[in-house]
Amino acid sequence: MTVTELAAACGFTPIHIADETAPIKGAYACDLLSWVIGRAEEGAALVTVMTNVNVIAVSVMAELPCVVLCESVTPDEVTLQKARDQGVSILSSSKPTYETCLAIGKVL
Amino acid sequence: MEPIKLSFNVDGENFVSAGEASTAVKTTLKKMGFPGDTVRRVAIAMYEAEINMVIHAHGGTVDVEICPDKIVIVLADKGPGIPNIDLAMQEGYSTAPDDVRSLGFGAGMGLPNIKKYSDDLEIETELGVGTTLTITINC
Ligand SMILES: Nc1ncnc2c1ncn2[C@@H]1O[C@H](COP(=O)(O)OP(=O)(O)OP(=O)(O)O)[C@@H](O)[C@H]1O
Ligand SMILES: [Mg+2]
Repeated sequence: MTVTELAAACGFTPIHIADETAPIKGAYACDLLSWVIGRAEEGAALVTVMTNVNVIAVSVMAELPCVVLCESVTPDEVTLQKARDQGVSILSSSKPTYETCLAIGKVL
Repeated sequence: MEPIKLSFNVDGENFVSAGEASTAVKTTLKKMGFPGDTVRRVAIAMYEAEINMVIHAHGGTVDVEICPDKIVIVLADKGPGIPNIDLAMQEGYSTAPDDVRSLGFGAGMGLPNIKKYSDDLEIETELGVGTTLTITINC
């Protein structure tokens, strides 16, 4: 499933689409960055409420193509710019983390 | 092939630029055609060590040596040093201050992650003098 297909299937709002073709292979939900970088598998969507720029850096290192921001939290401009520069997609979910994961789990 | 050497300065307490050295090394290794798994392991281990220098040690220097069969990353700082390495290596142990925790750091998983993703990790540290990590990743 591509990031655009994931957004459409789950009702997430695309904030930035980096790579239309990158497959989303799974998901990993956590707000602590060292758990994310150490445990998320390559290709996973990162489900989090953290919006600072380090979330993008971690996604790049761990090769997570897409960040799903829960609870309608919005990324700051620095984060958004880094996402554009580094090719990481950002989607916005209006729901809390658990419900966001449930939605992803249904379609993946 | 002669080993390729790259060097970086890491700015202390700058959380926006933190990770730039790791990103540059990742890009270089990818371009050179190293296997995806090797590139990812280097990126993760080096990022954790780079961010530790920013959070705990006011920045420092990174020297990377790229050989066909291994990548060696040496990160040196003039920070406070690590009083108890065994304790620091434990999952969950962290002295990260609150402002850093609010950014998502401070899980106490960075050093364990470096150990997990590298083939060899050596830590030299002296209180009040600094810390040097030598991370080796075989291809
Ligand atoms: N370069 C360093 N200089 C001084 N102390 C360090 C350094 N690197 C690590 N430490 C000490 O070791 C502890 C554990 O480091 P580790 O990277 O595992 O966790 P953390 O940085 O606190 O949190 P996390 O990496 O999960 O965000 C740190 O909290 C700090 O006390
Ligand atoms: Mg750390």
